[in-house]
Amino acid sequence: MEVDDLEVTERPSAKAHDNGAVTIKRARTQLIPKHERERIKRNKQAHRDYGRGNGIDVKTIKDKKLRRNLKGLEQKYKQAAESAKDAEILLENTSGFLEAEDELERTWRVTQNEIESNVSLEVSKKRFDLKLDQLGPYQFDYDRTGRMLLLGGARGHVATMDWRQGKLGCEINLQEKVRAVKYLHNTNYFSVSQKNQVYIYDSHGVELHCLRSLQEVSHMDFLPYHYLLATLGLTGWLKYTDVSTGKLVSEIRTGLGQPVSMALNPWNAIVHAGHNNGTVTLWSPNSTEPLVKLLCHKGPVKSVAVDREGRYMVSCGNDRKMAVWDIRMFREVNSYFTRAPASSVSISDRGVTAVGWSTSVTLWKDLFVKHRKDQIKVDSPYMTWGGEGKSVEQVKYCPYEDVLGIGHDEGFSSIIVPGAGEANFDAMEVNPYETVKQRRETEVKGLLNKLQPEMIALDPNFIGNLDLRSDQQRREARDLDAKPVDIETDIKNRMRGKNSALRKYLRKQRAKNNIIDEKRLKVDELWKQQQEQNQERRQEKAAEFGPALGRFARKEQ
Amino acid sequence: MKIKALSRSVEAYQPAGSKNSKMPKNLDPAIHPFERAREYTKALTAVKMQRMFAQPFLAQLGEGHVDGVYSMAKDPNSLERLASGSGDGVVKTWDLSNSYDKAERWHTTAHENIVKSVCWTRDQKLLTCGTDRKIQLYDPYNTPSESAPLSTWLGSASWNSLSHHRSRNSFAAAGGSGGVSIYDLERHTAAPEILSWPNATDTINAVAFNQVETSILGSCGSDRSIVFYDLRTSTAIAKTVLTFACNAISFNPMEGMNCAVASEDHSVYLFDMRKVDRALNILKDHVAAVMDVEFSPTGQELVTASYDRTIRLWNRDQGHSRDIYHTKRMQRCYSAMWTPDSKYILSGSDDGNIRLWRANASAREGIKSARQRQSEEYNNALVERHIPKVVKKAGEIKTEELQALKRREENERRHTKKQFDRRRSERDKVILAKEK
Repeated sequence: MEVDDLEVTERPSAKAHDNGAVTIKRARTQLIPKHERERIKRNKQAHRDYGRGNGIDVKTIKDKKLRRNLKGLEQKYKQAAESAKDAEILLENTSGFLEAEDELERTWRVTQNEIESNVSLEVSKKRFDLKLDQLGPYQFDYDRTGRMLLLGGARGHVATMDWRQGKLGCEINLQEKVRAVKYLHNTNYFSVSQKNQVYIYDSHGVELHCLRSLQEVSHMDFLPYHYLLATLGLTGWLKYTDVSTGKLVSEIRTGLGQPVSMALNPWNAIVHAGHNNGTVTLWSPNSTEPLVKLLCHKGPVKSVAVDREGRYMVSCGNDRKMAVWDIRMFREVNSYFTRAPASSVSISDRGVTAVGWSTSVTLWKDLFVKHRKDQIKVDSPYMTWGGEGKSVEQVKYCPYEDVLGIGHDEGFSSIIVPGAGEANFDAMEVNPYETVKQRRETEVKGLLNKLQPEMIALDPNFIGNLDLRSDQQRREARDLDAKPVDIETDIKNRMRGKNSALRKYLRKQRAKNNIIDEKRLKVDELWKQQQEQNQERRQEKAAEFGPALGRFARKEQ
Repeated sequence: MKIKALSRSVEAYQPAGSKNSKMPKNLDPAIHPFERAREYTKALTAVKMQRMFAQPFLAQLGEGHVDGVYSMAKDPNSLERLASGSGDGVVKTWDLSNSYDKAERWHTTAHENIVKSVCWTRDQKLLTCGTDRKIQLYDPYNTPSESAPLSTWLGSASWNSLSHHRSRNSFAAAGGSGGVSIYDLERHTAAPEILSWPNATDTINAVAFNQVETSILGSCGSDRSIVFYDLRTSTAIAKTVLTFACNAISFNPMEGMNCAVASEDHSVYLFDMRKVDRALNILKDHVAAVMDVEFSPTGQELVTASYDRTIRLWNRDQGHSRDIYHTKRMQRCYSAMWTPDSKYILSGSDDGNIRLWRANASAREGIKSARQRQSEEYNNALVERHIPKVVKKAGEIKTEELQALKRREENERRHTKKQFDRRRSERDKVILAKEK
C-alpha cells in the first residue's frame, strides 16, 4: 500500500504562499491501494465507453421490490460495460495512423506516393485511379460492407466493381443524365437517379423497377435499418420510399426550393438537407415540418456530413466557410475556411473529415473528439490531395477501410488515408468478408427486423422510455385515497425563488383567461395582494421623497 | 514519418477450404445504432414467431370417457401414469408413454354416481371417492380391468375430495359431512381421525395435503371458508372467509407456505398460509367460475380449468394469464394438471375427453442445434406479452360491470359517511373474516 500522490494544481493559484508552497486542490487523504485505484479508473473508462448513461440512484426509491429489481438491473448494466471493456482484448486489428516523428515534419506534406512506398504491397493496391474522362464527372457509392463500388458518370455511364480485386461487376450506358447513385441494403441492388425517374437495378445491371413517383431526384440516401430510400428532388420534395414493399412512406414539401445538399445522420436516421438560403433543415418521415432549422451559412450550403454517432455535423457553404456543429445542442463548435467553395464533405468512422473543393481534397483530423468537453480549433490539415486539375465532384470514405474515394471529372481516384477507417468490424452487424450464404441470411434477418418509419426521431432512444405523463395519470386514477393537492401550497412551491419568478408565474396563470377554477381564483387573490403591496410601497416612497419629488418614486419591479 | 494503414487479409476471415468463417465482434456502441428500436422490433418479431408456431394442442387420450371427466390424478411415483374419474362412476388409468390413442391401461366402474376425486397412494394403488358415500381402493397396476376394490370405506355423506400424505401411509378425505377425515391405510378398519373447525358443518369442496410442510392440510368449503389444519396437533390452525366459495386448493410445491385457491368469482387467489388476512396475488382473467387449479412442479406457474370452457396458464407473480387454451369441442373444464416434468398439461372436461397440451404453446420437442437453441433463448428473453383474450366479449362485459360497480361505489362514497373511510385494496377485499 502506498500513500496516494497529492494532486497539485499546475498553475500556481493566486493564493500561493510566499515560501513557494502551493494550495492543494482536492487533497486526497484516503489510502487507496494502487490496484484498487486502477480498477476504479478502468471501471470509469468502461462506463464511459460502453455504458448507457448514468444509472438510477436506487437509494432514493422507497418501494422495496422496485428498489431490489432496479438494483439488480443496474448491477447487470455495470457488469455488461465492464465485461465489454474486458472483451477489448479480443479485438484483432488496430487502426492506422500517420504521425510526424519530429517537429519539422508535417503530416499534410505527405504525398500518396510516400504513403504507398511505406505501406505493404497489399495495402498499396488500394490506391488507384480510374481514368474515365468521357462521361464524367462521376458520382459514386460504396456498399455497406465496403466491398463493392458503384460509379455513376453524369452522362450515363454506370458501373459496379469489386474494387479490391479490380473486377468489374456490371457496366451499362444509360444514355441519359445520371444525377445520383446509391447502393441499397446489399450489393445486389442499386438505385440510380436518372434524368426523370429513379430506377433500381440488380447486380447484373438489369433494370428491376422504375420509381415513377420519384421525379428529378438530385440527392439520394438509403436508411439500411428502415429499408427506406430518402430522396430529394429538384422541386424540393423529400420523399421516403420503402424499398422492401415499394410503397411511398411519406412525401414532404420542404418549401425551400431546389436543395443543394443532403446528408443522412447514421445515428438517428434524420435527413439533413442544405438549402440555397444558408439553412440546414432536419427531417423525419413523421413530420411535415422540419424538426430543426439551422442557419449555417451566408449563402447556399454546398455540402453537409454527419459523424457516425450523430454528435457532430460539418457543413460547407458557398461563403467558403466550413463549420463544425454540435447537433445535440445545435451550437457551432468551430469554423474553418476553405480556399474555394467546397463541393463535397465526408466524415470517416474515426472522425477524419474530408473536404473536396475545386481540384483538391483536404483532410482534417480531430475537428471533434468524442470525449473532449471543449473542442480545440485545429490549425493545420491532416492530409491533402489534388491540385492536378481534376475537379472534385464527390468524396466518400470506404467503410472499414483506410480508403477515401474521390469522384471527379476525369474519373475516380481511391487514396489511402491512414487512421480513417474502423479497424474492428462486428460481423453480426456488417461483415466486409461475408459469404453469399451469410449475405442472404443477413437480408432475411434485416427484413424481419426492419424498423418502422415511426421510430425515426431526433432521439433514437425514445422507444424504451417510459411514458411518464400517462403513467402519472394512471397512478392518480388508481390512488383515489391520495391527499388532494393544496392549491395554495402548490402555487407557493412553484413561486420559490425571487419575487420576479413569482410575478412571472402569476402572470402566466392569469394569461389563461378562459379557465376559471379554484386555482385561478387563488392566483387572482395572490396577484391582487401583490399589487396592493407594491402600491403601498410606492406610496411610502413617494411620501419619503416629499411632494415635489414624489412622482419620481419608481414602481417596484 | 510513422505510417500505418489498415490491412486485413481475406484469408484470415475466410480460411480457404473451410466453410466456417470468422465472426469477430466489436461491442462499441458506435457501430450498433438504433439499439433500442432494433431490440424492440426483434421482440415484436419474436412474439409474432411464437404466435405463428403456437400449436398447444397435442392429443386426446384414447376414447376418453362416456361422461364428463370431473377428476384426475397423476401417480407421484411415475412420470407417465394418471387416473381419471368420470360422471358415470367409471375410473380409468392412462399411460402417456405409448401412442395416445392406445393410452388407456385399466378401467373399472368404481361408483354408482359421479366420481368426485381420485388419488394415488405411495404404493401405486388408486383411491377413488364419489357421491355414493364410498371410498374405494384399487390396484390398477396388478389387477385386470373391472376387478373388485381391495377395500372400501363408507362415509356418512358423499365425498368430494381426497388427498394423500407425502410420506405417511394415510390419506385425507372430505365431503358433505363437514370435517376432514384422516384414514390410516395400514389399519383399514380403524375409525378415521376427524379434523374440523369448531362448529363448522358445511360441505368441504376440496382438501389438499401440503407436500413440503407435510403435516399441514388445507381445505375450502361451501361456507366460503379456507381452513388450514395441522396433523401434529390434530387441530385447525387458521380460517379465513372469502366473499365467494372456492372449488379447489393447491399448495406450491417449492414454496411450502403458499397456496392457490380457485374461486367461484372467476379469480384465483394466492395466499400465504401464515398470513391469511390478505391475498398474495389475485389472478384475474377467467370469465366464469374457476373449477381447478394446480401449481406446476417448478412452483413458478399455475394452470387453471374454468367453467368458461378454457384453460389458462399463469405466472404466479403476475395478475393476468400468460396463455389461454381452448378448442371448439372442449366443454366446461373441471380439472387440469401439469405433467410431472412440467412440460405438458392435461385437462379433463365435460365432453368426456382428456386432452394433452404443451405448457409452452410454441415449444417443439426433439433435438435442437446449438444455434436454434441460442436464438430461442434470446427471443424468450425478449418476449413479454399479454395474451389476446379469446373470450373477449365476456371479458369486455365483465370489465364494464366491474367499472359500473366501482362507479356506483364512488358515487355512494361521495354523498355518504363512507367518504371518511379508507378504500380497501383488492387483495384485502376478498377476505370477509379471519378466525384463529
